[in-house]
Amino acid sequence: MRQRSVIPGFGLSLGYTAFYAGLVVFIPLAALFIEASNLGWGELWQTISAPQAVASYRLSFGASLVAASLNLIFGLLVAWVLVRYPFPGKKFIDALVDLPFALPTAVAGIALTALYTPNGWVGHLLNFKVAYTPLGVVVALTFIGLPFVVRTVQPVLAELEAEIEEAAASLGANRWQTFRRVLFPALLPAMLTGFALAFARAVGEYGSVVFISGNMPFRTEITPLLIITKLEQYNYAGAAALGVAMLLVSFALLLIINSLQHWSAKKTGGK
Amino acid sequence: MSIEVRHLSKHFGAFQALDNISLGFPSGELVALLGPSGCGKTTLLRIIAGLEYADSGQVLFHGEDSTGKHVRDRNVGFVFQHYALFRHMTVFDNVAFGLSVRPRSLRPSKADIARRVHELLELVQLDWLADRYPDQLSGGQRQRIALARALAVEPRVLLLDEPFGALDAKVRKDLRQWLRRLHDELHITSIFVTHDQEEAMEVADRIVVIHQGRIEQIGTPDEIQQQSASPFVCEFIGQTNRFEGNIKDGWADFGDFRLETPPRLQESAKLAGYVRPHEITLHNQASDNSIPVTVASLKRLGPIIRLGLVSTSGQDIHVELASQQLPKDTEVGARLFATPIQAQLFAV
Repeated sequence: MRQRSVIPGFGLSLGYTAFYAGLVVFIPLAALFIEASNLGWGELWQTISAPQAVASYRLSFGASLVAASLNLIFGLLVAWVLVRYPFPGKKFIDALVDLPFALPTAVAGIALTALYTPNGWVGHLLNFKVAYTPLGVVVALTFIGLPFVVRTVQPVLAELEAEIEEAAASLGANRWQTFRRVLFPALLPAMLTGFALAFARAVGEYGSVVFISGNMPFRTEITPLLIITKLEQYNYAGAAALGVAMLLVSFALLLIINSLQHWSAKKTGGK
Repeated sequence: MSIEVRHLSKHFGAFQALDNISLGFPSGELVALLGPSGCGKTTLLRIIAGLEYADSGQVLFHGEDSTGKHVRDRNVGFVFQHYALFRHMTVFDNVAFGLSVRPRSLRPSKADIARRVHELLELVQLDWLADRYPDQLSGGQRQRIALARALAVEPRVLLLDEPFGALDAKVRKDLRQWLRRLHDELHITSIFVTHDQEEAMEVADRIVVIHQGRIEQIGTPDEIQQQSASPFVCEFIGQTNRFEGNIKDGWADFGDFRLETPPRLQESAKLAGYVRPHEITLHNQASDNSIPVTVASLKRLGPIIRLGLVSTSGQDIHVELASQQLPKDTEVGARLFATPIQAQLFAV
């Protein structure tokens, strides 16, 4: 089994990786399952399938998917502009993209709420409500998810030579054909990665959403908030049960996205 | 399909890439655009292709003005230095691309496309690689696929931008002979850009030497080599020895030796004479037309011997000759006499 390799320390680094993953990821997650198991099957299922909880899953995962999709489209556009065109202030905008990472999410939430309340700067221009509706949740999740798609697509796009597009054009392809047949397949794996990251971030988001959503049960209450509510009532097992539900759904969705990504990467040149 | 460019100029900021270039490319010829890097040859090719637009001037295809036409509508085959293959497509799909993006009414059937692709892959002798991805091919194979892809759309002209520039020496040599044979088979008007004078000499019917955005000379490889139009061309297209002299009594006088002067130079006083390394003979004895030299280096390259000489006035002189022409017992440090047989003379 042992093979000589120029890259040393396989055993040590694998051991360390396993230890680290166990310490940082696995043990806390296991604790979550153990805590939830205090409820017993019947009560566990009751907590997880309570109508208020189900409504919150629908909002949390639905809004996250919508927000990640929006980020996929507009993040691609932003990455495109940042890579392909020189323009004054490019560095500035490039730095701006990372701000949603750096900002405390509560600050983002308060800022967005102020903008989108019916008498806020943006809110009073719209003849429909944004803040305190599911739409507000989507706005907040879109805001915090923007950097993911941009930052994953940007380097891949930068590596695609302009020559590829010139070649396609010289062979008679129009812009749409060039995008669909040449650029899109090359960018798809990175786009899916960005999508998965933005989605994962959105599912776990709490700080920015609680301000703009209004937290009305069955309408604008996200699962993380429901969990916090249970914790505040010292219902630790109940909170853990909801956590387990979220964890399993998130894991399943990420698994699907990752296998999509694997499949698309395989299609683009066998790597 | 003939190509003509008229009064093309192009700036990049303050840099003048092309300066009022007018030039014709006759139908069916393989023409090389030759020049040092940054001379504007690639810019010229890209303007002909429609990948770039000139500041002023015209591009005509078969007499028809195509200056404003998009590259899509010019029907040119373009081959890039770094192949520019579509990495996520198989070799087959790469070659089929140009046919499969045609509007539905003009698009051949799937079976016709497949037949055409296999014909082309056979032409470039890579039919067995149809299912591979570009990343799995060698550089030479990739460039041949790129060529097949460009030919798939039945272009009216073929434009190649340093097509062998990224390949290693051996593959480069094979491929350029192969390109020459392919051209003899297809007779498609072709222009290729290169900075390698040997490549241009070997492959092209005609060579256009470009320097600082201007045309220095247009001619066959022989004309370029033997009747260089300028000192630049002389120095660029191969190793040469430069001597400085002047006109004396109707002769081109270089101090140690003198040569006949063509009538066009009678008026000028100062001269530059270019003597190629193989245009010099070596002797043990002095004559009234020889330069006393010391042998500084001596390299045997098979049947050819390459010598580095230093004249008494300190000038380096390069000489190449067949080994039987070398005076007996010549070694490094030996004193010899070098006689230039002919030279290309320019007024300076």
